[in-house]
Amino acid sequence: MDAIFDSFIIVSIIKALVIFAVLMTTLAYLQWVERKVIAHVQVRPGPYRVGPHGLLQPLADVIKLITKEDLVPPYVNKVFYLAAPFLAITMALLSISVIPFGPIITVGPVRTWMQMTDLNIGVLFVLAASSMGVYGIALAGWASNNKYSLLGGLRSSAQMISYELPMSLAIAAPLLISNTLSLRDLVETQAGGFWHWNLVGGGQVVSFIIFIIAAFAETNRVPFDLPEAENELVAGFHTEYSSMKFASFFMAEYANMITVSAMATLLFLGGWMAPWPVEYGSSFVPPLIFAFFGLVLLYHGKQAVRKWDKITFPAFGIIFLVIAAIFLIPMVQGWLLPLFWFLAKTGAILFVFIWIRATLPRFRYDQLMAFTWKGLFPVAMLNLLITAFLVALRTK
Amino acid sequence: MDVILFLVFALIAVACAINVVVQTHPISSAISLVGVMGSLAILYLLLGAEFIAAAQVIVYAGAIMVLFVFVIMLLNAGAESRKGRSYTVQLIGVPLLIAFLGLLAFFVQGMSGRETVVFGGFQKGSPRDIGQALFTTYLLPFEVTSLLILIAIVGAIVLARKEID
Repeated sequence: MDAIFDSFIIVSIIKALVIFAVLMTTLAYLQWVERKVIAHVQVRPGPYRVGPHGLLQPLADVIKLITKEDLVPPYVNKVFYLAAPFLAITMALLSISVIPFGPIITVGPVRTWMQMTDLNIGVLFVLAASSMGVYGIALAGWASNNKYSLLGGLRSSAQMISYELPMSLAIAAPLLISNTLSLRDLVETQAGGFWHWNLVGGGQVVSFIIFIIAAFAETNRVPFDLPEAENELVAGFHTEYSSMKFASFFMAEYANMITVSAMATLLFLGGWMAPWPVEYGSSFVPPLIFAFFGLVLLYHGKQAVRKWDKITFPAFGIIFLVIAAIFLIPMVQGWLLPLFWFLAKTGAILFVFIWIRATLPRFRYDQLMAFTWKGLFPVAMLNLLITAFLVALRTK
Repeated sequence: MDVILFLVFALIAVACAINVVVQTHPISSAISLVGVMGSLAILYLLLGAEFIAAAQVIVYAGAIMVLFVFVIMLLNAGAESRKGRSYTVQLIGVPLLIAFLGLLAFFVQGMSGRETVVFGGFQKGSPRDIGQALFTTYLLPFEVTSLLILIAIVGAIVLARKEID
């Protein structure tokens, strides 16, 4: 018993450390990806100076943010001003602990899930953490003692309360079909190909769209980024924050983005399950994708225009080919393939987030509120009623 | 482990509850109340009622208290000044406190004979069990509550309309 307990604690600590390290790196590089994607949408190169193709830009940003002067204005409410960024980042990182990245795996003597912990109320836990995240932003706005910050904080809390309703209703519909609140079981019920996913097999297209729209509002992203609308509110709730306190809000926003994308993947897109069973060759898709990009990079490296590309393109091409080869090793396929599918689906949704930021303008505030209460909420309600009716008919 | 967690969060809950009354600024009081709700949720969790714990955080800490904070921020309420207590309050206060403590002691004593509470002892706390109970045994109270909330919503709209007109 003691041995099991010891290994449980050690394994949990290792898992927490690994997830934390990976998450922090992802947060930093998501910023780079966002700047690059938006730049290419707007036909400009984006970050380019720090490292090859600006790849070291996130590192430079982190150093910049840490070494900046940490300013506390004299007119703020000290306690809440200092507590707000902590609250925001803590609640944002908390949800990651229940999100499963893959199935059960064996590392040496230990068999463990690719997940920190599985709660039988995992979905509710994520909702609870996200609803507590409002305090970080609301308090930051209020404690800054500045009318722009206050308006930003007020807008944000009103917006998050309003969009939480359609979001919860949209989450409830696939839960009815899967008949569980555990995120792990939720994915298991969607096994066996994309026609079993809640999006396709469950016919939850409407609730998927509602979830994605509400997710944009919950994470304060364009087109719903009213809390930090530059041209009206300077920078909204984080106007008075600098250095790492500002960075905490920034990281919280990106962590929330990752959480909602992972939630959409788990609820609607079958989590770590492959789009079609391994018997029909789904395990060859990832190596083919990586090999294709590796060959494209090698080809472009041969006729590179810029000086550095002659070295960087073939180098990255070879790295991609090596990754493709790793996917073919049967020993690692057990955990690498589910991880690939989970990350691919989550990444695709994250790309949509960035894509929309590059293309859509901002809503007006009254439009934003009218949209959720008069449009999204009734549709989500109707969708839930119809889904409940169909599920009841099926089980009869 | 359970006992330590219980003591820690029970202490936090009591400290936050006292803080709600002691603080002069409405926002500080509201945030202390959030602390009470959060610690209560963890106490529910220790008893084994996961669903109620999550509902406590989502509904009370996440929705109702956010609205409280929102309204306080909108009204821009400042810190309250402490006025001297009136003579009647001083006169009635102490006997009332003694009476309250006496009642509390009486109820606690009455409970001592019953079966003891065990950590994780609450087994009927899964979402399925609660849903089942809500829609079979307690269907009438549940529906009456929903009607009550509907009346409250209509009342709020009527009151707000008067202000606008």
